[in-house]
Amino acid sequence: MLDPALTAQLRAIVGDAHFRDDKEALITHSYDGTPMLQALPDGVVYPESTEQVSAIMKALSFYKIPLVSRGSGSNLCGGTVPVQGGVVMVMHRMNRLLELDLENLTATVQPGMITADFIHHIESLGLFYPPDPSSMRISTIGGNIAECSGGLRGLKYGTTKDYVIGLEAVLASGEIIRTGGKLMKDVAGYDLTKLLVGSEGTLAIITEATLKLIPPPKSKMTMLAMFRDLYGAARTVSAIIESKIIPATLEFMDNPTIRVVDDFAKLGLPLDMEAILLIEQDGDPETVTRDIEQIRQICTREQADTIQVAATREEAERLLTARRSAFTALARLRPTTILEDATVPRSKIADMVRRINEISIKYNVTIATFGHAGDGNLHPTATTDARDTEEIHRVEQAFEEIFAAALELGGTITGEHGVGMVKAPFLEWKIGASGMELMKGIKKVFDPDNLLNPGKVFAKETRRRVVIDHG
Amino acid sequence: MDKQTNISKKPQINHANPLARTLLEKLDYDQLTNCMRCGFCLPACPTFRETGVEPESPRGRIALMKAVADGLMEPDDMFRDQMNHCLGCRACEPVCPADVKYGQLIEQARDAIEDHSVHSPPVRGIRKLFFKGVFPHRNRLKSLGRTLNFYQTSGLRRVARGTGIMRLFPKPLRDMERILPDATAQGVIEQLGTVHPAKGAPIARVALFRGCIMDVMFAGTNVNTVKLLSEAGFEVVIPPEQTCCGALHAHSGELELARNLARINVKVFKELNVDYIVSNAGGCGALLVEYDHLLHGDEDWNEQAAWFASRVVDISRLLVEHGRIPAFAESAATTAEPVIVTYQDSCHLRNVMRSGSAPRQLINQVANVTFQEMKEADRCCGSAGIYNVTQPEMAGQILEHKMDNVNVTGARYILTSNPGCLLQMKLGVEQHGRGEPIEVKHVVDFLYERLSKQDA
Repeated sequence: MLDPALTAQLRAIVGDAHFRDDKEALITHSYDGTPMLQALPDGVVYPESTEQVSAIMKALSFYKIPLVSRGSGSNLCGGTVPVQGGVVMVMHRMNRLLELDLENLTATVQPGMITADFIHHIESLGLFYPPDPSSMRISTIGGNIAECSGGLRGLKYGTTKDYVIGLEAVLASGEIIRTGGKLMKDVAGYDLTKLLVGSEGTLAIITEATLKLIPPPKSKMTMLAMFRDLYGAARTVSAIIESKIIPATLEFMDNPTIRVVDDFAKLGLPLDMEAILLIEQDGDPETVTRDIEQIRQICTREQADTIQVAATREEAERLLTARRSAFTALARLRPTTILEDATVPRSKIADMVRRINEISIKYNVTIATFGHAGDGNLHPTATTDARDTEEIHRVEQAFEEIFAAALELGGTITGEHGVGMVKAPFLEWKIGASGMELMKGIKKVFDPDNLLNPGKVFAKETRRRVVIDHG
Repeated sequence: MDKQTNISKKPQINHANPLARTLLEKLDYDQLTNCMRCGFCLPACPTFRETGVEPESPRGRIALMKAVADGLMEPDDMFRDQMNHCLGCRACEPVCPADVKYGQLIEQARDAIEDHSVHSPPVRGIRKLFFKGVFPHRNRLKSLGRTLNFYQTSGLRRVARGTGIMRLFPKPLRDMERILPDATAQGVIEQLGTVHPAKGAPIARVALFRGCIMDVMFAGTNVNTVKLLSEAGFEVVIPPEQTCCGALHAHSGELELARNLARINVKVFKELNVDYIVSNAGGCGALLVEYDHLLHGDEDWNEQAAWFASRVVDISRLLVEHGRIPAFAESAATTAEPVIVTYQDSCHLRNVMRSGSAPRQLINQVANVTFQEMKEADRCCGSAGIYNVTQPEMAGQILEHKMDNVNVTGARYILTSNPGCLLQMKLGVEQHGRGEPIEVKHVVDFLYERLSKQDA
């Protein structure tokens, strides 16, 4: 329960309609896209301007009430579950495109703008904003920035962090800061813009972002290569990069995923394949044709069983459907779908997939793996049932071991989803004790009272490293 | 796919609140669990799009249902209102990765709420009159048609409007009165009899589901449906014993009444042993095609309901997939003027019967017709059964946005596949039309008209 004086103050700032503490509002802001996590906040506030955000923060910091800022709550790391109660701040009303600067090729947007709406608008003007998280039809630009979202084009074009060049943000104290700007070059002090991108709402509340736009590619080609040998597929990934070709998209599905996808979408995929690669290249037509031909040769050399190059855009769409149905197909198998994003150097894809398969057998849980092979970002996905506590325990053990395996192969515990609550116990495995201290120090400078999204990124306890069984 | 069975299906909670108890009992807890809260449904939901707040979304409503079932909250007035605020358009279902049966959940929730509702005497009276007293009874529907027709054609309507007596009624009802088509007591059977032969070699024998309101207010569309089916090579039978589909009952929380009606229809059509059961109203068709779910758990009816559901098809889809497309496709033969037409999806035809492309394919085949797709044609128009009467504010807001999209198409005709959508679009043209004449028509009527304009 919030102090009535505080709620009165919040209502005065945003208006009665935009502060709620009824049960309906609390329940529907107690979760995000992460399975099995839920915690009720004490209030929900919908600001419409930076000034309101600032005033809200001043009030909350006076009462030392925690705040979770959020967009559509589609994240998969528990990043927006209000585990310590307090106030949830929904950014949906701050959803305007503030400025489109065609001379500098930048766009300045408010955080609540839906990513797909932004992308459609930009593309209708003949420009290109590459970050394309799978959730973009619902996720907000602010949410993408908070989690540093990736997507299918990350390999060639980079992720959200590569396109955010300036920010306006509100600190825990209520003060407003500005970082970066419409500048391609800027080394004035520490790079606070990069620090805030991916900070998961723990350092400041993003209220405005300046994004870099680029010219769109002129053409695009799509191909599908199927392999009976997992290592053949993996070698293909390395060989493509080694031959200095960076495809726009280089996606991977393992055998369990192929089976599920085909059972669901009836695409007639061969079920005896160990792996399928979906490859897309874009750019000038001549370069695209040359690259695709070279990739085809690499696939042939690595004993690809079948190679299909789409002749038309419709055919390409059909090939893309296979990869896109992976999540949908897996989600229909069992009630609970836990999708992770362990990431390894791309030369280690095959080793990682093999390890995941061994781990899933060891713990007797169903884990299918698909993901962005080109950037080493895999999505081992467990299909399970939250009501079966014994099985869920095994799934948790399996994932713990998967994260350990990723680190052992030189990888990381999360490539694009963020740490949030789910990966917090494993963060120290990745960055070490002194890394943790440094990060906690940074947090303290920004947010001395630990009001912004508390309980995320930094766990109370670090999970003890499991001993990997090499048997 | 195999689901684990060694886990308890529902939490063991003894709710103090009687509505919470009923909700726990009636809600399909598996479906509640299947929702993984990914949020993919949010952009598809019209009420979320209008308001931008989580409780007005399928993910939010499912969270509320589950919270009540789990004992996290009491089902208060706000909860009831929120369940009623859903249009039931089911646009969230095709986009759901986990295939959550949201439509069934919302019906179960409303059914539970209805069990504990104390309506004011006039509302109770009207509900009872229509749900029990009128829709299921053909004779009463006919006399309603006769009375309405008398009102509409005798000059009484002019008097009523002239004296301002209509102002005594709430605005949504007044709006509806204005756009209602002329009713009739002469339904499709009275006009065509119960059996209609196929033109040429018969492809299949089909039964027409004539609907209840449909056969009073849109009897002409039913007649045209039969003629179009016959032209396309189908022999049509129309069993007179059939009754109302029960969709309005199911959507309003009267699931048991809906089941009773379903049993009658299943029995009547099963006896005919036809190849297809043809519907021309998306709203009816969507319930008919789910009779197997509706009667799920009723062992005596399981098999027959499945037989019935598997044969239900919308007229557009039947024509496209199995029919001989009539000659309206030949441009040399037609005398009809060139026109631009657009199409407003029936949500239930598109999202539940998954037959949204068939009407478009047909329209595209008609000579001298330019089909202009409107932006967000797949978004609900706000009619949603009786939603436009019960939730006029939200319905009006949705309709206004819809008409913005219609107006830019420059269409002369708006075609639809459901009577509710048709009336709502008529209202839209009247309230937000761009000034030039726009006609709203059922796809079947438009096609049949174009067919009649063949010189051959």
